[in-house]
Amino acid sequence: MSFLRKSRNLFNAVGAARQNAKLFNAAIAQRGYSSKSEDDGATFPGARNASFVNDLKLTLPEDYAPIPIYRVMDRDGYILNKNEDPQLSQEVVEKMFRDMLLLSTMDKILYESQRQGRISFYMTNFGEEASHIGSAAALEMRDIIYGQYREAGVLVWRGFRIDQFIDQCYGNVDDLGRGKQMPVHYGSKELNFVTISSPLSTQIPQAVGAAYALKRRLDNDACVICYFGEGAASEGDTHAAFNFAATLECPVILFCRNNGFAISTPSNEQYRGDGIAGRGPMGYGIATIRVDGTDVFAVYNAMKKAREYVLRENKPIVFEALAYRVGHHSTSDDSTAYRSADEIDVWNTFEHPISKLKKYMVHKGWFNEQEETEFVSTVRKQVLKQIAVSEKKLKPNWREMFEGVYDTIPDHLQQQQRELEQHIEAHKEFYPLKSFKQ
Amino acid sequence: MLRSRLTQAACAAQRAFSTSPRVLAAVKQMTVRDGLNSALDDELARDDRVLLLGEEVAQYDGAYKVSRGLWKKYGDKRIIDTPITEMGFAGIAVGAAMAGLRPVCEFMTFNFSMQAIDHVINSAAKTFYMSAGAVNVPIVFRGPNGAASGVAAQHSQCFAAWYAHCPGLKVVSPYDTEDARGLLKSAIRDPDPVVVLENELMYGTAFPVDDKVTDVDFLVPIGKAKIMRPGKDITIVAHSKAVETALQTAAELAKKGIEAEVINLRSIRPLDMDTIFASVRKTHHLITVENGWPQHGVGAEICARFMENEAFFELDAPVWRCCGVDVPMPYAKTLEAHALPRVPDVTEAALKVLGGKARSK
Repeated sequence: MSFLRKSRNLFNAVGAARQNAKLFNAAIAQRGYSSKSEDDGATFPGARNASFVNDLKLTLPEDYAPIPIYRVMDRDGYILNKNEDPQLSQEVVEKMFRDMLLLSTMDKILYESQRQGRISFYMTNFGEEASHIGSAAALEMRDIIYGQYREAGVLVWRGFRIDQFIDQCYGNVDDLGRGKQMPVHYGSKELNFVTISSPLSTQIPQAVGAAYALKRRLDNDACVICYFGEGAASEGDTHAAFNFAATLECPVILFCRNNGFAISTPSNEQYRGDGIAGRGPMGYGIATIRVDGTDVFAVYNAMKKAREYVLRENKPIVFEALAYRVGHHSTSDDSTAYRSADEIDVWNTFEHPISKLKKYMVHKGWFNEQEETEFVSTVRKQVLKQIAVSEKKLKPNWREMFEGVYDTIPDHLQQQQRELEQHIEAHKEFYPLKSFKQ
Repeated sequence: MLRSRLTQAACAAQRAFSTSPRVLAAVKQMTVRDGLNSALDDELARDDRVLLLGEEVAQYDGAYKVSRGLWKKYGDKRIIDTPITEMGFAGIAVGAAMAGLRPVCEFMTFNFSMQAIDHVINSAAKTFYMSAGAVNVPIVFRGPNGAASGVAAQHSQCFAAWYAHCPGLKVVSPYDTEDARGLLKSAIRDPDPVVVLENELMYGTAFPVDDKVTDVDFLVPIGKAKIMRPGKDITIVAHSKAVETALQTAAELAKKGIEAEVINLRSIRPLDMDTIFASVRKTHHLITVENGWPQHGVGAEICARFMENEAFFELDAPVWRCCGVDVPMPYAKTLEAHALPRVPDVTEAALKVLGGKARSK
């Protein structure tokens, strides 16, 4: 039996279980608990829809075909099935393309700025631009986003500006996070993007909890989307989150960015099952979709469907976007130590999401080489200029160090603040007070 | 009424040594369990953003019956049984709080909260700060804490010092019904994350409560200690069940003509040092009693605060800490009893600290 047939049966069974419960019980009552019929379904509470068999056989991983990967475009940018063309306007496709270029251009410069010691840390998004932009484009602004740390493209699509990115990385007075977090730990209440938290995978159960809160609202029309890597999916939190999403029936899209690497650990050392998608239907009873994460239209279409499903059914979905992390894990990593430059080159050229979308635009007659060059050059100038500006901006008032620990500043922190004020007043010549806002 | 032999004994002991003037006037008795239950009930009724989640809290009424009757009253949406994963439901609760709900997350015991500590410390306690005030996490983590009875090393330990170490959290440790009810209600209404450390051995103990305590708007302020018994000779500071030990010790000392002032901390973070300093200005002697381990414990912190304050000069003798023995809790009943500070231990400590002053009494 193919995986799809099996999973369809499973879903039908699960979906109809409630409605069928009465019928099913009635049927059993009529027949009695006779063991004559081979077709009698089991009634164990732990597996209500399983059937009995008489031949002893192990169920092997090989018995299941891998979940297929949905894609819309081939690597040359041609739509494979016209019915699946999302028919996006030139304007939308151009925004997608430009946002991907902007992200990639900004990443290159900020990566270098870390190398030069201007900021302490950075993480690039190379190779995953389509999964960010495609997914963000299919969502509504009211949907709440929980990211892991490599989702800057989602913020780009939502309108987070270059100055906001760079001010955060430099932790200056205009950083929305008031300089309290490491670089790339963006957050924006206005854009419904929850501040990035460093510990891996804790965002997943939290996202499910937020989805539960949304579900309780009258006429809820928003969902939660939670991004995480395939490596993060090995954390216990992920199991807990999947299980809760299923049992609490929460409108959450569990979006795995499977980019093949957790720092240096390749996915074949991370897990042995069929990726993260493979865990969804059979493992947790969650509807699942797997897409080519380098194909922006595939991600977009699948995300539209996923959003519609989670809100209609009030149930979660597991969404696996397969891609390749073209960049190093972070600025603390040199990935050529564990993978070949040739391999990276393939994913950096004709398998690259930007290259695929560019080819599509060429076929449509929407691409203009000169405009692209100018756009990249403008973004470069803007980013470089912003770095110079952000670097020179004042740091937040140092008194803010004591704010935000509690809703109101407790006595002992007020006292410490006063002591620091007195100390600084007495020894101000030794402190760079000019670089802090007064 | 469910009551173990131990809690019956504790209950009897408490009544015998209670010195609250209210005892005489009050007719109503309420167990700590009912105090917590009524606090949850009040706050669930008051604010529909409040919900309770944890293992067995709904249909089973809670492993210790603290949530008795609440599921029937408030239903599946407000009282939620969860699969067995502390990191999972603590994470769910943190996320729900970030999205505007006010979850009360029950750990069946705080021993299991170690599975979830990343959510408690790195998410609940720090998100408000890390988001520069954009995202607050109004959440309560509650459950029984400290040594229970006959459950040995992995189920008998106090987490007061662990959680009190972390900025961003508030930590309360109620002793009696009034504390439990008032502190839990304050915790649920608080905009910051609060860890409520209850004590399993106290759940069945009944205390007198007056109309003020049973009022739906009764609150015990977080960060304020309570003088349980006034005295002029020595200050005994304790929290949770150790307050009982302290009160019993004070009764013993009274027989020797020594008037001990017993302070029930109620809150571990913020720590109400003003009340302790004021008391020591009067008594000039201090001992601390806790059932947790000594190193970096609550008593250790109080000692350190004295070193940093001019109240240090008020002390006529060094501070003495009475703590649990520095070993994992033994299972054997006699060893278990001796692994925690007992009344004779605390009495001895008080006499040693008082030295010649005690002899002159």
